[in-house]
Amino acid sequence: MKPAFDTLLVANRGEIAVRIIRAARELGLRTVAVFSDADAGSLPTRLADQAVPIGPAQAGKSYLNVAALLNAARSVGAGAIHPGYGFLSENAAFAEAVTAAGLVFVGPGAAAIRTMGDKAAARLAAQRAGVATVPGSAGAVDGIEEALRIAGDIGYPVLIKASAGGGGRGIHIAGDASELRQELGRAQAQAKAAFGDAAVYLERFIRQARHIEVQILGDGKRVVHCFERECSLQRRRQKIWEEAPCAAIDAATRQALCDSALALARAVDYSGAGTLEYLYDEDTRAFFFIEMNTRIQVEHPVTEMVTGVDLVKEMLRIALGEPLRLQQSDIALRGAAIEVRINAENPARNFMPCPGTLSSLQVPGGPGVRFDSMLFPGCRVPAFYDSLLAKLIVHDENRPAALARLERALDELGTEGLTTTQGLHQKLVRDPQVRAGQLHTGFLEAWLAAHPM
Amino acid sequence: MPQIEVLSPLPGIFYRQAAPDAPPYVTEGSRVRVGDVLGLIEVMKQFSEVSAEVDGAVLRFAVGNGDAVEPGQTLLFIETP
Repeated sequence: MKPAFDTLLVANRGEIAVRIIRAARELGLRTVAVFSDADAGSLPTRLADQAVPIGPAQAGKSYLNVAALLNAARSVGAGAIHPGYGFLSENAAFAEAVTAAGLVFVGPGAAAIRTMGDKAAARLAAQRAGVATVPGSAGAVDGIEEALRIAGDIGYPVLIKASAGGGGRGIHIAGDASELRQELGRAQAQAKAAFGDAAVYLERFIRQARHIEVQILGDGKRVVHCFERECSLQRRRQKIWEEAPCAAIDAATRQALCDSALALARAVDYSGAGTLEYLYDEDTRAFFFIEMNTRIQVEHPVTEMVTGVDLVKEMLRIALGEPLRLQQSDIALRGAAIEVRINAENPARNFMPCPGTLSSLQVPGGPGVRFDSMLFPGCRVPAFYDSLLAKLIVHDENRPAALARLERALDELGTEGLTTTQGLHQKLVRDPQVRAGQLHTGFLEAWLAAHPM
Repeated sequence: MPQIEVLSPLPGIFYRQAAPDAPPYVTEGSRVRVGDVLGLIEVMKQFSEVSAEVDGAVLRFAVGNGDAVEPGQTLLFIETP
């Protein structure tokens, strides 16, 4: 059978564009990178078979410019577009536009993006599939009276979350009824301004929880899971350190968690790679679905390390029209993996962004070490995009061994000319509580307050 | 009357307003006092305020809303009494 496409356009930049180009080339596909003026000469443009300019530095005029991306795809004869993460990756209208242009969108269909991308709709879908959600409103809340009644039922403090939000954005906290009166209108107005949709919903605020997520792969007919990741180390709701598996759950909890993810993914006939995010309450061993990401995630490599499954290649195979090759029994958990994000930020100055030029680079190596990055000596890190430079990922037979390997690999990394979060990770990896795996989503901010950099 | 150039402290994107549908912080002719916010610079998805360091009136902008700017680039001119 003739494959659905032989040329892939990567509608992204940075390390994820590099990752996708590598996977596509290994599958024998021709690869096309796109770049803004600020990314001319970047690593993805060097590694792809072809590179096409798509506009000025501002993302709105380049990486978020649907017409420019479709024109680029047409000009090079691309048959498919991989959106990566961020930018247009969870934009249902973009997925539709790609399909309408006769191209394959590497990801789920627009309907699944729309349902699971709307956080209130995703909660409803989860409840219908029998998956526990954080106690909260059944869907979007309209007026303050309805909000007060629901908040009274679920108990304060409550989170007011934008239905169209995500990645930790669009979240307000109300500690009591008077704060809810103040914050509801503000949250709706900000949701409207930030996401073009004023809808918000309420959730109980769980103070000490772990953030655990389940990786799934589907082909529209069948779904498998690739176990869970622990992503509790976050600052301002941005993950900086991720692990697989989660050291805090037992086999029975893991099974129940992964089964619930499968049930929800099946309910929406999911196709492609996706992640279901949960909060896990260690005291009660209860887990609650919070949202789904309908794309490949930054932290996917830890799952690849412990399962041996190449998630990006599997995404591409599904997009090529192949049925899912993996049975659930093919996917086993082996050892432990940790990823740390090397960001162009200064931890000593409140994580101020630090764009610049890399003068020299020493990449960590040796057994069980993987370095996914956009860096090369002399590369410029522009100010216009997110601060992720590289992901250092280690794998070993168990968590203590992986921690030792991470400590060693972090000490090998050298990035002259740039200020990065490497030093933060060097401290975290040596911290007794981190080593003991005593993590929760509030851990890092409290730790930073107690350990000034 | 002397003119003061307000320079961008950072590389990034300059915005004249807090949100796409918000009014601009200041327009040509606006009276400003020390500390008043004149605009925002977005660097790697983080926003920093650019504030007036003198009292005066906004004479004119040297860059447009949403323009890419370099450190040291003139953003606007303030006329001081």
